[in-house]
Amino acid sequence: LIDEAVIARVLEAGLRGGAEFAEIFAEDRNAATARLEEDRVEELTSHLTSGAGVRVVHGETTGFAHTADLSEEALVAAARVAASAAGGSGEARRVAELGGRGPTERPSTQGGDKARAVQLLQRANENARAGGSQIRQASAGWGRIERRILVANSDGLLATDEATRTRFGIQCVASGDTGLQTGSRSVGRTMDFELFDEVDVADLASDAARKAITKLDARPAPSGSLPVVIAAGGGAVLFHEACGHPLEADIVGKSASVFKGRMGERVASDKVTLVDDGRMSTEWGWFAIDDEGRPSQRNVLIDRGVVTGYMWDFLRARKQGRASSGNGRRQTYQHLPMVRMSNTFLENGDEDPDEIIASTSRGVYIAQFGGGQVNPATGDFVFGTTEAYMIERGRITHPIRDANLIGNCVDVLARIDAVGNDFAMYPGGGMCGKDGQTAPVGMGTPTLRVSSLTIGGTARG
Amino acid sequence: VAELLDLCQRIAGLARAGEEVEVYASRREMTSIRVYEGRVESFTSAAPYGVGIRVISDGRQGFASAGSLDEALLTRTLSEARDNVRFAQPDEHLGLPTPDGLRRPELDLFRPEAASMPAEDKIARLLELERLTLSMDKRIRIGRDLTWSDSVGEQALASTAGVSSWGRGSTCWMSVSTIADENGSSQTGASLTYGRSPSELTPEDAAGEAVQKALRMLGARKPSSAHVTAILEPNIALAFLRVIGRTLSGESVLKGRSPFADRVGEAIAAPILTLVDDPTDPRSMGAWPDDDEGLASRRNVLIEEGTLKGFLYDTYAARRAGTASTGSAVRGYSTTPSVSTRALSLLPGTGTQDDLIASVDSGVLVQSVTGLHSGVSPVSGDFSVGAAGLRIRHGALDEPVQEMTIASTLQRMLQDVVAVGSDLRWFGDSAGVTLAIGDVSLGGT
Repeated sequence: LIDEAVIARVLEAGLRGGAEFAEIFAEDRNAATARLEEDRVEELTSHLTSGAGVRVVHGETTGFAHTADLSEEALVAAARVAASAAGGSGEARRVAELGGRGPTERPSTQGGDKARAVQLLQRANENARAGGSQIRQASAGWGRIERRILVANSDGLLATDEATRTRFGIQCVASGDTGLQTGSRSVGRTMDFELFDEVDVADLASDAARKAITKLDARPAPSGSLPVVIAAGGGAVLFHEACGHPLEADIVGKSASVFKGRMGERVASDKVTLVDDGRMSTEWGWFAIDDEGRPSQRNVLIDRGVVTGYMWDFLRARKQGRASSGNGRRQTYQHLPMVRMSNTFLENGDEDPDEIIASTSRGVYIAQFGGGQVNPATGDFVFGTTEAYMIERGRITHPIRDANLIGNCVDVLARIDAVGNDFAMYPGGGMCGKDGQTAPVGMGTPTLRVSSLTIGGTARG
Repeated sequence: VAELLDLCQRIAGLARAGEEVEVYASRREMTSIRVYEGRVESFTSAAPYGVGIRVISDGRQGFASAGSLDEALLTRTLSEARDNVRFAQPDEHLGLPTPDGLRRPELDLFRPEAASMPAEDKIARLLELERLTLSMDKRIRIGRDLTWSDSVGEQALASTAGVSSWGRGSTCWMSVSTIADENGSSQTGASLTYGRSPSELTPEDAAGEAVQKALRMLGARKPSSAHVTAILEPNIALAFLRVIGRTLSGESVLKGRSPFADRVGEAIAAPILTLVDDPTDPRSMGAWPDDDEGLASRRNVLIEEGTLKGFLYDTYAARRAGTASTGSAVRGYSTTPSVSTRALSLLPGTGTQDDLIASVDSGVLVQSVTGLHSGVSPVSGDFSVGAAGLRIRHGALDEPVQEMTIASTLQRMLQDVVAVGSDLRWFGDSAGVTLAIGDVSLGGT
């Protein structure tokens, strides 16, 4: 992306005010989307962006400037702006000799192909429409993003990486006596078109149609506290939000986390082990290096119920005199990196998932959560459901309407009383939002039960 | 001044015979500052820009964008948009708008001081907000957010259909989040202040609100389930109105995703409710002389005294519905236009928030909701959200409550509005008032 000699001169310009650290992050992004609605391929789009952000750290202050112009002149100007924003006027530090990793090896990807994307959309649409006479609408979308990055800093790091992510989603609207209901499915992986050798969009479409039609018979969700059984994969977002975010070092560092000062403490039973692993090949949250040039790694956050680690980015780790955990990510070159999750999951337990349901006399079975959010300072969270059922006398009975679940992450961890042996990653390609930035994140869980959670339905009595 | 528009016109001028081309460009200069514990944590300065190009030929549409103002690259971007046309299927309703003769309102949205203020002064304003916030109560500390942002921007649009528009505006804002600690438990609060120039900011009010919101929630417990009157604070009422606004988009209606389709002329809300979308109102940060397809902005009444008056349209949705655009196209440079509210507001009613509270025997004042994005289906109108606030008993605020849910449908909620407050307050591009909703099911223990 940028010549090494230019990089060195940009970093020098960044250190000129006496700052202790300068970094350049360059990015080249090539994205494409295709969308089908109402039986018609509506639109294909292409997006090209490239640019670089220069970060200069002086004491506690980070100065940051970015530019879409990758010429030496523009990059040096950005470095000067960042240096001046970081303040200070000391003796300039020398830039360490650039070295480190070259391009990272990845499986080769097939090139993008608009005609192929269109075929996938049409196949999904046909199968969604065939899902039942109640299906009124179907829409499908395909998106692919190719990203090349380069990170270099004044400590001598020089690393590059490239990755292609593909996402496919389908949504159906079914109509019945009770009104309209939607069902959707999506898949997202760090792969190119070979994703569709593993996943048939026709299956996704049929499943989305089934969900919408099933929900036509949904009854109002109960209101109040109940045991909740969470399906493998589909329930993973709960742990991403409610446990992952409060274990991010930037949040902990600002004393805005319920897990602050709880390292080494037991917060859950032996059955609960929470891991963040950026190395899970082809998963949605996979990357070889993070956006600060650190190799991704496996970090155990909660080990058999005991808090054992936080996730770190480079800057916050550096302040603590420790190593980054490879969790420094940014949405684009226009954003500062911060602590982000990669693939976050609850490890497998040893219980039979059917037995978990059978031993629940009355409760709710969540096949799929929708979005959710958590207040990391208090641990309070809320999650929507998009596919849920009642459990009565140990059996899954009727579907229930979408409702929100609310609770507190500390309580939930403490109340996990059964963990299944059927671990699955959430396939859908989730995007995590934090402080105005989004990042693709993977997540997974086996089937598990929380002994009590509040569900906000409308059923009376 | 007209440099960006010239660029758009030159690219649009490359259209081939039989081809419609629309070029949209935006550019802004921004700074963003975060302070933590009395020190600048980060200072960002940048001038991002980009161009989006839409091509329509033979009834098909293609789109491409680039984060660049480089003419050679934009010419290639035009070719890419053209290539994308080949793969789309025809739709007779596609087409670029021609100016509809309505005059653009004259709006004064740009203040040079938003950009020219020295960096030290911006930092000083932010440190002052921090000091004000912390001085209000010793149980308060600053949460993760203490931010200054300013932006001055321009956008230009040119098309082969005769659209040629340019405008500029400025904004600046400060936000603060708080954490209150007492007896080992914590509550959070937040507030923001914004305007078109730094002189319009009111840090005292923002500090006061962020502190009060956290403090009054201390000791909150989960309430028992009940059916109550919910008093929604203006920002909460607004959060729901934004969801309702999405269901009143002509696009949603055409795609069978609105519970209000086919209900124009019917009473869909209590008669005390009037909802307008007026991007000519300069109090809205969404105000702009024209929409993002270059049609003059206008005031659109969505619900008048409870009756649904109509939906919002951009050019495409209007052609499909056999009507005219309401000037409601919204986009960034990397997206094609879509229909959206631009300055949504309720008409204020009578009575302060205190009056509304005093009229309630058993209720809850809702000061925060979570899960609006996940918990509301704009298709069916069902919703269920997490909420926190204060219990109301016999016309007065009582204990703080949290970890409760509020569930209903958007349709019922609109009908169940029993009072509309007079306390209109803008939050960026839309405005809310305190609303009282009767018979809401509150989920607790």
